[in-house]
Amino acid sequence: MSEQTVEPDERSHAERYGPVADWTRDFDHADPAYNRNVHAVWDGLRDECPIAHTERYGGAWLPTTHDLVREVAYDTDRFSSRGVVASLARPDIPAPVGPAPPITSDPPFHQIAPRLLLPPFAPKQIEPWEDEIRILCRQRLDAMGDVEPGTTVVDAALDYAQHIPVNVISRMLGFPLGDDDLFREFVHDTLEGVNLPLDEREASFERLDTYIDAQVLDHERNPRDDLTSYLMQVEIDGNPLSLEHVRGSIVLLLIAGIDTTWSAIGSSIWHLAQHPDDRRRLAEDDDVWTFAIEELLRAYAPVTMARLVADDVDFHGCPMKADEWVLLPFPAANRDPAFFDRADEVILDRQENRHAAFGLGIHRCLGSNLARLELRVALEELIARFPDFELADPEAVTWSVGQIRGPRSLPIRLL
Amino acid sequence: MIGALDLVDAAYPLTPREGRSRTIGEMRVTVDQDKCEGHNRCYALAPELFDVDDFGQAVVIGDGTVTDDLAGKARLAVANCPEYAITLEDGDE
Repeated sequence: MSEQTVEPDERSHAERYGPVADWTRDFDHADPAYNRNVHAVWDGLRDECPIAHTERYGGAWLPTTHDLVREVAYDTDRFSSRGVVASLARPDIPAPVGPAPPITSDPPFHQIAPRLLLPPFAPKQIEPWEDEIRILCRQRLDAMGDVEPGTTVVDAALDYAQHIPVNVISRMLGFPLGDDDLFREFVHDTLEGVNLPLDEREASFERLDTYIDAQVLDHERNPRDDLTSYLMQVEIDGNPLSLEHVRGSIVLLLIAGIDTTWSAIGSSIWHLAQHPDDRRRLAEDDDVWTFAIEELLRAYAPVTMARLVADDVDFHGCPMKADEWVLLPFPAANRDPAFFDRADEVILDRQENRHAAFGLGIHRCLGSNLARLELRVALEELIARFPDFELADPEAVTWSVGQIRGPRSLPIRLL
Repeated sequence: MIGALDLVDAAYPLTPREGRSRTIGEMRVTVDQDKCEGHNRCYALAPELFDVDDFGQAVVIGDGTVTDDLAGKARLAVANCPEYAITLEDGDE
């Protein structure tokens, strides 16, 4: 994965612009205050300025209503997926393929690329992973050791949630299980390092590419029944994928599969730690789970995507310039009171819930079935083991920075 | 305690028209394949009515006929599809 510089100034945005004072004209999704207060930020913008703008990142726009987010997501002509992580640079691999297909691909290539990856992530291929995920969750709970109710504090983000997706995806890819920490570092650099000086960011991408190339080489020598070997064997029109395509798709699976699910599990636990009635409902009503998981995904959807404006365009009165970013905050769409009844409340048995946690349109999250399964099993196992818990210290909770939102430290007291 | 599935019938009660008794085969679900993006919400909520293919795309089971006992689930599938891909046609109309 590589990017090219569009701005000669290599100072980070924090140095150049400082903290955000006006979210309507100078927002920064990587300002720590954004994710920490994001629901209030979106509510304010929806009322005051439903398409916010910033000069940061070479120019970016932020629509916050469900209708606007939906419109951008469906409009693949005017809004390209060539770049999906808004940062100081722009990807140097052009549309329609992009650096990490198919998430960075536009039509018509996008009609081909996901056909390769959809089958291994279809529901019936994912369902058999349930037992393995359950065992992983139980191992993490066992590792918490002897628990003294009312006293023991564990970090639900660091000791529990973060281990689940990283273990699952490395098993699926057939990567060394001991490399968890390395994966998390890659993901952190890519998603949270949008403000890093460009040479540091580039060096991080190079480390990731080098690591993946070594894994590909290992699979070339020892093909096995996993996703990496699958990507190396699969063909488009009789031709195998290029190394760049294989590498790009692995980058996608690693980057998109880890922080996202970690965040969804963590945010859900953050919610449950503060809502004993919801914990009790989940413990007692098996039927509510199907609805509850979707409601937690609606209310705490972790993923904001990004697009690049293809050509200068007037969008609802906003003069968007080619190569400016448009953030696609699906989580904001999920909390739009014009679209959802009681949008700011978690209603575990919500019956009508067209949430957009996994996106809308052709870029629907490839791993949605896996993410949903991991979220459900992680919460089921946690609640089965520890039906009652609370935030140990609300002030000690820290949130991620950037487009993926979730708690990065979440101390809970087991009751 | 009232389970979540009890609420389905409460939220989407069958309301047969006055003077007519509903018979099997009057309602039918369809999936617009151009709109379906494989969120699999219908398959999760109403596996009696929807299946998924090898790519995760939703397909109706059989000819999509909805029996009275599945009408609530059919309405749920419609009401939870993020892409508005599912239609429930009422044979009376």
